[in-house]
Amino acid sequence: MSFILLLEQIFNGLQFGVTLFLIAAGLTLILGIMDFVFLAHGAQVMIGAYAAASLTALTGNFYLGILLAIPITFASGYLLEYVLIRHLYRRDHMDQVLATFGLILFFNELIRMGFGPAALFSSLPPSLSGFVNILPQTPYPVFRLLVIGVGLACALGIHLLVSRTRMGAMVRAGANNETMTAALGVNIRLLRRFVFATGACFAGVAGMMVGPLTAVEPGMGEPLLILSLVVIIIGGIGSVRGAFIAAILIGLVDTMGRVLLPVLLRSFMGQAAADGAGPALASMMVYILMSLVLVVRPTGLFPPKG
Amino acid sequence: MRKMTLAAITATALAAAPAFADTVKVGYMTTLSGSAGIIGKQMQNAVNLAMEHTGGTLGGKPAEVIFVDDQRKPDVAKQLANRLVKSERVDVVAGVIWSNLLMAIHKPVTRSGTLLISSNAGPSPLAGKDCHENFVSMSWQNDQTPEGMGKYMEEAGIKSVYLMAPNYQAGKDMMAGFKRHYTGEVVAEVYTKLGQSDFQAELSTLRAAKPEATFVFQPGGMGINFVKQWHQSGMDQVSNLYTVFTVDNLSLPALKDTALGVISTQTWSPDMENEMNRRFVADYKAQFGGYPSFYASQAYDTMMAIDHAVATAGSTDTAAMRAALAAGGIPTTRGALAMNSNQFPIQNVYIREAVLDADGVATTKIIGTVFENHADAYAKDCQF
Repeated sequence: MSFILLLEQIFNGLQFGVTLFLIAAGLTLILGIMDFVFLAHGAQVMIGAYAAASLTALTGNFYLGILLAIPITFASGYLLEYVLIRHLYRRDHMDQVLATFGLILFFNELIRMGFGPAALFSSLPPSLSGFVNILPQTPYPVFRLLVIGVGLACALGIHLLVSRTRMGAMVRAGANNETMTAALGVNIRLLRRFVFATGACFAGVAGMMVGPLTAVEPGMGEPLLILSLVVIIIGGIGSVRGAFIAAILIGLVDTMGRVLLPVLLRSFMGQAAADGAGPALASMMVYILMSLVLVVRPTGLFPPKG
Repeated sequence: MRKMTLAAITATALAAAPAFADTVKVGYMTTLSGSAGIIGKQMQNAVNLAMEHTGGTLGGKPAEVIFVDDQRKPDVAKQLANRLVKSERVDVVAGVIWSNLLMAIHKPVTRSGTLLISSNAGPSPLAGKDCHENFVSMSWQNDQTPEGMGKYMEEAGIKSVYLMAPNYQAGKDMMAGFKRHYTGEVVAEVYTKLGQSDFQAELSTLRAAKPEATFVFQPGGMGINFVKQWHQSGMDQVSNLYTVFTVDNLSLPALKDTALGVISTQTWSPDMENEMNRRFVADYKAQFGGYPSFYASQAYDTMMAIDHAVATAGSTDTAAMRAALAAGGIPTTRGALAMNSNQFPIQNVYIREAVLDADGVATTKIIGTVFENHADAYAKDCQF
């Protein structure tokens, strides 16, 4: 494999990684900091993708569609917390699993009723649908570069929000000792609702980034949700920094595994056997990595302090 | 006088209670839930349209269709098949999108003496050594469509091709079918994960390999993802894309002009010129707003085949219906269909191009015929 191809594959891995991070960031806040098991995070990805695709079709402008879709995903998270989630904080994890698993089915069916079972058409404006040369002779899709940019910007934003702002301090304090924080005059309920809605919003943005690349259809978020759960487990549940590093790691491992494993296997086994085993093994790579990390560091790579 | 009253009473009773002894009962199995639910929905639409066209009858007898959702799971399919055969006592079990599901229900249905008609899946064992006289295909054998593409690309003088398909049985069948008639260089044969949504890494590798042509089988949502990303990466400048079961009237509404110009092979196309097809496509578009896919046309053909079989046999006797179908001359949207000795259709394989129709809607158009009266490769192994 040439150096240029390797570099291009690193870009692919990076792009996949930041997309995963956008989903995992919200999940790690909800699961790690708020200690709430939320399985319907994939539905937020779907809501974001559907909102952006239908608003783009409605307004005829991609940027306007995205701009209008962001508050919608925030509002959907806010509402969901208000209507259902806040009643579940005090219940045990099994109840939370059951309730939020039910939400997955509910949202998928809701989307199917509203938009039909067929995949939605979502496309890019001409300015984003082209490709640029990142190196001589190496064209790369503009939109994927944009995804990397947006992902990195969001990562920086979340990092600053959690570790540098008063809001972030209150969130962390609330997670540590809820009663004490409330006694100090912090509206813990509102805070939680805000964190939840922000997490939903980031997942929605991930959906908007994935939508133009893949099929916008009911249930599109679930495969991504599973991978982002792996991300927060590897990164250490509750750690935003860990989630970021783990997401990039998984993006790279998955991409490189898919590309390199079949080639590697072909060097010492038959073509047919390698063609069969290669993709199978590549799809396991991420989980093998997770197992290895758990053996060496059971709490993940960067467990939050305290 | 008395006779007339009796006849009148019988007629009213028939109209009031469709589940009478002489009613033709069809159990139609397809996938109505999950991400493949759109395929089942199209098939269900087409079956309902067929029943509307026949005035609710099959072969002149009152008819009833029971839809069941297999959830794309072999175990669910098997349970449902048993229910249809044993407790619903249907005359025909029809439908089935997926080859692995068809393999699961094949024995329980055919051995119970019930006729089984596939609207889509065509796994090679059922066309060859494991064939059964009670099984009839109204679609194709899996290999037929990619075989057509292999021959087309061979004749077009394409020297090198890059193959890509999901890593499961049908994916391997498709690639094997392709290679049966293509003798040029196969640069690489890449198998992707079933259900994969991002192909960028594979596309980067493909770009570096610079094949003259790329042949892809990525059905359903995977096809939408693949073609979108192919287009976004500017792959058109690197290689020419040829597909089977990837760019069709199911994926085109989500792809629109991104897929224009893509070549694929198929045994049917909405623009086929015959009276039944014109009526089917026009009424389908009017009722359901959008082109039918080949899944829909094959579901429609299946109902027309049952209609033909019951009418010819004059009863719902399995042996008589089967004989009627095996004789061929079945009226379908693909014209009068001839049948092979293994009860799979002998049919033309067409080259289709994705184009915009007069209203600016993306669809497929036949631009040539690769095979005339093409028979599958497995019939010689089939002995009833």
